[in-house]
This record gives sequence, structure tokens and C-alpha cells, in this order.
Amino acid sequence: MFGKLSIDAIPFHDPIIMVVAVAMAIGGIALIGAITYFRKWKWLWTEWFTSVDHKKLGIMYFIVALVMLIRGFADAIMMRTQLAMASAGAEGYLPPDHYDQIFTAHGVIMIFFVAMPMVIGLMNLVVPLQIGARDVAYPFLNNLSFWLFAAGAILVNISLVVGEFAKTGWLAYAPLSGIEYSPGVGVDYWIWALQISGIGTTLTGINFFVTILKMRTKGMTMFRMPIFTWTSLCANVLIIASFPILTATIALLTLDRYFGMHFFTNDFGGNMMMYVNLIWAWGHPEVYILILPAFGVFSEVIATFARKRLFGYGTMVWATVAITILSFIVWLHHFFTMGAGANVNAFFGIMTMIIAIPTGVKVFNWLFTMFRGRLEFTSPVLWTLGFIITFTLGGMTGVMLAIPGANFVLHNSLFVIAHFHNVIIGGVLFGMLAGLTYWFPKAFGFTLNEKWGKRSFWCWLIGFYLAFMPLYVLSFFGAVRRMQSYDTAEWQPWMLLAWVGAVIILFGIICTVIQFYVSIRDRKQNQDVSGDPWDARTLEWSTSSPAPFYNFAHLPNVSGIDTFWAQKQAGAKTVSEGPYQDIHMPRNTVAGPIISLFALILGFALVWHIWWLAAVGAIGTFVSFLARVFNDDIDYYVPASEVERIEREHKERLEMQA
Amino acid sequence: MTTETMSNHDAHADEHEHHDAGGIKIFGFWVYLMSDLVIFGSLFATYAVLMKGTAGGPTGADIFELPLILISTFLLLFSSFTYGMAVLAMNANRVTQLKAWLGITFLLGAGFIGLELYEFQHLIHLGYGPDRSAFLSSFFTLVGTHGLHVFFGLVWLLVMLVQLQTKGLNDMTRPRIMCLSLFWHFLDIVWICVFSFVYLMGVL
Repeated sequence: MFGKLSIDAIPFHDPIIMVVAVAMAIGGIALIGAITYFRKWKWLWTEWFTSVDHKKLGIMYFIVALVMLIRGFADAIMMRTQLAMASAGAEGYLPPDHYDQIFTAHGVIMIFFVAMPMVIGLMNLVVPLQIGARDVAYPFLNNLSFWLFAAGAILVNISLVVGEFAKTGWLAYAPLSGIEYSPGVGVDYWIWALQISGIGTTLTGINFFVTILKMRTKGMTMFRMPIFTWTSLCANVLIIASFPILTATIALLTLDRYFGMHFFTNDFGGNMMMYVNLIWAWGHPEVYILILPAFGVFSEVIATFARKRLFGYGTMVWATVAITILSFIVWLHHFFTMGAGANVNAFFGIMTMIIAIPTGVKVFNWLFTMFRGRLEFTSPVLWTLGFIITFTLGGMTGVMLAIPGANFVLHNSLFVIAHFHNVIIGGVLFGMLAGLTYWFPKAFGFTLNEKWGKRSFWCWLIGFYLAFMPLYVLSFFGAVRRMQSYDTAEWQPWMLLAWVGAVIILFGIICTVIQFYVSIRDRKQNQDVSGDPWDARTLEWSTSSPAPFYNFAHLPNVSGIDTFWAQKQAGAKTVSEGPYQDIHMPRNTVAGPIISLFALILGFALVWHIWWLAAVGAIGTFVSFLARVFNDDIDYYVPASEVERIEREHKERLEMQA
Repeated sequence: MTTETMSNHDAHADEHEHHDAGGIKIFGFWVYLMSDLVIFGSLFATYAVLMKGTAGGPTGADIFELPLILISTFLLLFSSFTYGMAVLAMNANRVTQLKAWLGITFLLGAGFIGLELYEFQHLIHLGYGPDRSAFLSSFFTLVGTHGLHVFFGLVWLLVMLVQLQTKGLNDMTRPRIMCLSLFWHFLDIVWICVFSFVYLMGVL
């Protein structure tokens, strides 16, 4: 009846998991109770869950990402604590079985359920506004993408309490992830969480690609697009071209596990290196999907706060395009030790090093933008400066890893761990937190508290260096990744130092939480009436904060890069004037959440081999999709009078402030 | 061509603030097809790597029955032609003809699926199922993924026949028939690659 699922699947014997489970249960009940008590269910459903407004979806992506960041960070600090303790024969407090699940969950969560939703959340919030559009090309798909992603995130969290998560590392290399060596349900959770959320990501990629190509406002030629839109475009090209590889690869692993096929098995002609090749053919573009939009954020931030046009706009675009193309021909550097031979390794090593050139172009562009500018040291600028230094260091260790000879020594050591945290924390995370601070007023109508933002930055920066520089050192002593304990007592001081770094990062996260609390409390003082709190350059700042649901009463007319800035310099009126027209908008949809709910049921049932429930999930998904297809009532017109009322209120607020 | 067809039916095409919704749908569907092509590309690459991994089991030359495959190939190619006729009928606003051509396309596609199921069933019956060797795993998966796409195409055809019955030809159904047309021809192209790369080269 319940397949492999029984009461034994819940790890009652593990006190850590049980405490977390009880805490999650109390938190969940408190949240549900509060929503019920304040009668907010209907509001949540109609205003948020079923919304097709790209700005609200962006906010929801960010909320999920921040919650998952806390989960992923809890994993991180547990690992650091374990390694600070488990020295010279000591076992620490985490048995290997549990430790392996934690490092796998940490990687999967941080990449798929923190970094990706932050990037996609920012794209949602910003891109349509930057190109002067009223929404994305496919608003319903946008909602569906979010909920499929959320279903994947929920599945990962269910695995914490019901059953187990994969113990294979975040990419689940075969044959370890095959049924022979991983007979439990951990890898199956990994499979279905990534498969469901990955389909959502592919849909997002198509959606934003078409949005950017087809929905730009009058005069917005490709080479007048803001850099964040350019980097998003390239990231979406990468999503469209690489996520299907992930889908296919996971599907093949699924066939191996569920139907006894032999793609990646040791015997019957299978080829495990095919798995590693395929997963990195997706995996390497994936890291550029994350970093390119972060580059875009820094470009916007630095141009705004240096009060200068971005230096080298054209080279910035071409550098982004070059990185996009190069990202597809470097995947083999993740496994030089495969034994492909000197010529193949040399090719991929050189290609990898070449990526440093367009990236270097970008770094110089940011530096020259600041040069002779009037740089304001706001917290987004601090994140940017911290990024430039940290990312450059991480880039250099990346070039070291790209040398095949050196790589044979460094492979699987803590050097690799230190390198990619160096670029992912210093690049993606700093970028996303800069972007969050920068665009927060556009989403909510008030700015974030600067004092706590800066405190968060310093904690993250110092904590990062303390936590990860010791790992470079340890790697030269021969410390490998994914080890649960070690014999060498001399390593322990460095491990303790890394632990201190992790604790300082924890303070950084606490500062961010306090920052939200203080900012919401003081929202009246920090209100952004003008819609343009930073005196910025691009179109999203020409509308009110928060932007009306239709974004622009009249679609703006663009005549160059940074037209909004030029208009302000010329003293032109940037507030919209009547007469207004009816505006065509998409209706909210219940289909997105419902389809995804059935997809979640399907995924859960497949993890546990509950075939009747899988049938319910599959049929439910299909029928709810069909219902959407047969629904004609998907759009409506906002009457001009309504537009006029909203615009008049905005103008009255502006006059009151003046 | 498709974009022009669409904008003719767009009542708001002259309004500068209104985007051509049908054209955007078809363009987005193109992009989706390109991403789907990457899935097939991955499966073809996997097949190329694993085709020698027969593990003592049969090779392609041992099990492929070209006459049967040729028949199913012609069924699918001919169904692309009939779908083309369906689109011509749609552009001429002949709904009855359109439905008839879609119906014929459905029958041809169903014939193709039937033959594929027969082939698979036959191989499994002989003990050459997908769990026999890596070669057979990759063969069944590549051909089966194409077959699954054709199956979804058939379901989509049925849905369109129902919608033509209930809604007729309008701004909703026209882009869908165009998208399905792209999908159907796309599957034809993929099949030509399967036929040449898997079956013809397999028996060489």
C-alpha cells in the first residue's frame, strides 16, 4: 500500500533530526496558526500564490531562498563544528552516515534552492521593469515555474524527516548513486527534487529569453539594454541550452535505478564517466547562470553610485557573450583525472584559462567606472568592492586549478572547496545581497536599513576569509574534501579557525535578519516616495515604488543607454501624464499551484515506490494542466480610469513630499 | 511566414503597446523545441558512447528489422505531409477539412506508435530488453523518448480536435495548431536522425 514507506522511515533514533523536526513542526504550526488567526489565507491565495505579477513572484523566490539559506547554512556550521572536533582519532558528533547527507544537502540546497532562486527572483523583479514591459512573455508559465521550484524545495525538506537524503555529494556521481551502492531513498529524493524544480527552471529560461527579445519597449534596441538585462539574457540562453542536459542525465540515472538499465553501471557495458561528462556539461554552464546576473548587479550598482555611465558598455556586453560561449567548452576541467590524455586536458585547461580574459575585462570596467567618479559608500557598493577583491582571488585559484598538472595534485582536496566558495560566496552571494539591497525599495517602497546592512557585509567578508583561507592552507597539507574525521592533530587549529569564520558568517546572517526587522519597523521614515531613491539610471526607477501592477501607465520611449538618467539631467518631467488608455493584463491563475501540488505528490510517490499515488499525481498533473488549456478567461483590461486613479495618487504623494 | 499569419488575426496589432501574442507564443515554442533538441542531443551522444557496450548481448545488426522500421518511417513522414495539409486548410479557414487532416495525422501517428510498441515488445520477448546491456538501455531510451514525444503529440492532437469542436478557430486555437505543427515536424526530423544514425548505421 505505501511502497517502501513505513514508520521506520522517520529517524526517531537521531536526536539532532528529531529536535529540528520538532522545531520545524512548532514553527510551521505557529505560522499556519498566525495566518489563520489574522484571516490571511484568502489574501495569500489571491494576492500572492495565484499571482502572475513578476514582481510578486520575484519576492516569493527571494523569501524561499532566504529560508533555504538558513537551512543550508545550518548544514554548513554543523560540518565545520564536526571538523573542528573530529581530530586525531576523535569521532566528533556526526556519524559518517549523517555527515554524508549533510554535505550533500548543503551543496544541493545552496546551489539549487538558494543561489538559483535568488538569481531568478532578481530577474523576475527587475528585467521586465528594465526593458519597459508590463509583464513577462508567459505570465502563467512564470507562476508555474515558481511553484515547480517550490515543490522541489519542499521535497528536499521532507527528506529531512521522512527517510534520508542522498549521501553521494551534490552531483550524485554514478555508480555511487546507482541502486547497487545507494539502495536507499536518498538519491531518489535528490532525483525528483531536481527534476521537478529543473523543469521549472527551463520554463523560466524560455520565458525570460522570449521576454527580453520580444517585449522591449519602443527604442530599446539590444545595445541600449541595461547590463543586468544583458547578463540575464545570457544566463537564460545558458539555462535553455544546459538544463535539458541535466533533465536527460537525471532521467538516465532514474532508468538505471528504477528499471535496472545500464547507463552508468560498472557492468553490462555501462560507462560511469558518461555520467560525469553529462552532469558537468550542464554543471559548468550552471555556475555561469549564477555569476553572470551577479556581474549585472555589480554593473548597475557601481554605475549608479559612482554617478557615471558604466565604463566600456560594449566590452561588457561582449565579455558576457564570450563567457556564455566559453562556458560550454570547459566542462572537462572538473575531472582532468579521468585520463582523457594530455591533448584533451591541455585543450580544456587552455579554454578555462581564456575565461579569465573576458572576466578581467569586466573587472577593469568596474574599476574604471569608479575612477574619477563620486563613489558613495552605500552597502551595495561595499558588497561590490568586497566582490571585486574576493572574486579576483577566487578567479586566480581557479586558473591554478585549470593547470592539468597542478590539478592532479589538487583534485578532490580542500583547495577545490576553498576555490568555489571563494567565487560563489564572493561572487554570487555578494551580488545577490547587493541586488537585494539595491532593488528592495522598488519591491516594497522603502529602503533597507544601511547600518545593519553594512554590519552584515563586514561579518560576511571577514567570516568568509577566516572560514576559507585556512582550507587553502589545509589542502597543501593534503586535506581532502568530504572527510568526516582526520588523524592529523596539526590540522585542528586551522579547522578551529575555519569554525570561527563560520560563526562570524552566522552573525552576518543574523545582521540581515535584524536589518529586515529594523527596516520594516522604520518603514515610514525610510519610505521611498520618489520611486528613485538612489538617483539611478535605468527604467525601473522611472516608475513608482513599489511599481504599480501594470509597471508603466505609458510604455516609456528610449533613445539611448541610460535614457532615464539623461531625461533627469535635462530636467524633463519623468512623471506620467494623461490621457490614459485601458491596459491589457493577464489574470491570476490557480493552475500553477495546483499542477505543482500534483507534481509534488508524484515526486514523493515515486521516491517511495507508492505506485497508486504516483498515478494520482501524474493524472492530477495532466488533468489540471488540461483544465488550464480549456480556460479562455485568462486576461482582462484595466480601465483607463483605474490607471488614472493610481497614477494620481502617486503624483499626490510626490507633491506632498515636495 | 507563421508570424505574418498570426498578426493578420491580431485585432490589436495596430496598437503600439500591445504585443503580438500569437507570434510570441510560436516564437517561444521554437525556443522550447531547441531545448528539447538538447535532450535528444544528450541521448544521441549517450547512444554513441554506449552502442559498443553490448555486454555479450546482441548488436544492432542482430536485432534491427529494417523493413518494419521503413514502414513506420513512411507512416511518420506521411503524417508530416498530412499535417501540412491541415495547416493549409486552417489558413483557408476550412474547419471541416482541417479536422479531417488532423484526424488522418492522428491515425498515421498512432500506427507509428503501434509499430514501435510491437518492436519493443518483440525485443523484450526475445530477452533483449533495456536491462540486457548498455547498448540496449540507450537504444530503448533514445527511441522510446521519441516515441513518448509522438504519444504526447497524439494526445495534443485529440485535445485540438476537441477544442476545434467546442471553440472553433480563434486566437487561442490557431497558435496552438501552429505550435503542434512545429512539434510534429520537429519529431519527424528527429526521427530521420534516429533512422539514419541508429537503424541504418546499426545494420551497416
